[in-house]
Amino acid sequence: MKALVAVKRVIDYNVKVRVKADNSGVDLSNTKMSINPFDEIAVEEAVRLKEAGVIDEIIVASIGPKESQEQIRAALALGADRGILVVSDEKPYPLQVAKILKNIAETESTDIILLGKQAIDDDNNQTGQMLAALMGIGQGTFASEVKVEGDKVNVTREIDGGLQTVALDLPAVITTDLRLNEPRYAKLPNIMKAKKKPLDEKTPADFGVDMASKQEIIKVVPPAERKAGITVGSVDELVDKLRNEAKVI
Amino acid sequence: MAILVYAEHDNASLKKATLNTIAAAKQIGDDIHVLVAGSGAQAVADEAAKAEGVTKVLLADNAVYEHQLAGNVALLVADVAGDYSHILAAATTTGKNFMPRVAALLDVSMLSEISGVVDAQTFERPIYAGNATATVKTSEDKVVLTVRTTAFDPVASEGGSATVETIDNVQETGKASFVNEEMAKSDRPELTSAGIVVSGGRALANGENFTKYIEPLADKLGAAVGASRAAVDAGYVPNDMQVGQTGKIVAPQLYIAAGISGAIQHLAGMKDSKVIVAINNDPEAPIASVADYFLEADLFEALPELTSKV
Repeated sequence: MKALVAVKRVIDYNVKVRVKADNSGVDLSNTKMSINPFDEIAVEEAVRLKEAGVIDEIIVASIGPKESQEQIRAALALGADRGILVVSDEKPYPLQVAKILKNIAETESTDIILLGKQAIDDDNNQTGQMLAALMGIGQGTFASEVKVEGDKVNVTREIDGGLQTVALDLPAVITTDLRLNEPRYAKLPNIMKAKKKPLDEKTPADFGVDMASKQEIIKVVPPAERKAGITVGSVDELVDKLRNEAKVI
Repeated sequence: MAILVYAEHDNASLKKATLNTIAAAKQIGDDIHVLVAGSGAQAVADEAAKAEGVTKVLLADNAVYEHQLAGNVALLVADVAGDYSHILAAATTTGKNFMPRVAALLDVSMLSEISGVVDAQTFERPIYAGNATATVKTSEDKVVLTVRTTAFDPVASEGGSATVETIDNVQETGKASFVNEEMAKSDRPELTSAGIVVSGGRALANGENFTKYIEPLADKLGAAVGASRAAVDAGYVPNDMQVGQTGKIVAPQLYIAAGISGAIQHLAGMKDSKVIVAINNDPEAPIASVADYFLEADLFEALPELTSKV
């Protein structure tokens, strides 16, 4: 079986985000970029499935600026076999990304397609679901456990109020939640080896996909500041403030 | 054209998230229809018909919709979508699961977790874990949205008198089936709709301390119990109690954070709370920067005292 894993280059999750003064977006110049944390979990799951003998080959795809090859190389260092970079200078929106991934998944006849549940920049949580819909296949979103059994995969999903397990025919799309696994660190020899692994470069036009979206970002502003709070000296003072000042209890 | 709101429910009763979603729909237009997809869900449809502002309820009652599997529900919604300009669902795990499928079936882009309505084509939504708010304009003919429920006050659950129309639309992908469900049991109010939330973090040190220190305070206040990701990952409490970017987004009247440092990912889930109280022994903890009232104290002493005095 083959797996396709989609990874996105995003601002590192530890970086404190700054909104640009002209409100056109978030300032990404000179900031540390990484693989989206949920995508790292997707790579790790694919590698574990390979180690378990379920998967023979892992293909990693990324759609974004040329620099996204760093993220593909990082995934290759974690154990993926080869990469496909679709270079696009336009902002990649989920629908367009899903259309490109569908093309790749069908050309490569992949059986399991793994994505993160959401990218921590746009917080959309859409691409995996859109991909499954376009391909007309099943989806297991917010996965916390993945078990392949024959030509089916059982996915345990984190839902509001608890857990739900669904059985999906393969091929299927799975999007990862945080508790699915703990991604490994790349070892130095593997980082060196990853440099020799194949990485194909493509453009959206190769897949006949127009990256233009019917969404336009008008402005980006920082969230409203909370007014400064006060430090209370005792539980009595806290109870008094909550009762008489904030009037919330 | 009318607006379609997808009803959030458990086949027995309508979830409050639907009322918040209807409130968002009302800011877009007046003719609001609610779609109830479920199995044995007549009572849900009747309840939806009474909600303020609803003009019609569509009930698709069939076993294939019992667990609201994304594939089946998306086909249903896309099938009835022709009559609507906007399609809305709450940004719950149900809404997030099937709505992008609907958008892809209609070949339109989608807006997730809107927190504000500027006009019928323009919406506000948080990005970067709530560290920025984007205003986005869409030129799609059909606008597909999920709604951050805590950003909209719910409409009244009584007073409406919509008609309920049964539709016998049966859609099944045949590619996915339900196996089982394990729900965490709780007698307390639901986390996302509670007026008060008491949350604990890693400093609680174990699950027994949640029972011993957090729960009595929550019960006294009639509050829901939440947790930080650290507390969930350490196994102190089940993960459906997690508040944060990757867990639940809450905005109660009062949020009490005990032993929570306040990482970006946690703040993204609670910083729209009206009043935030932090109890922490570290005055430098990031939670102090968003707290209205900060009590520098050992939570194992402060929590029992607080419980006895409220």
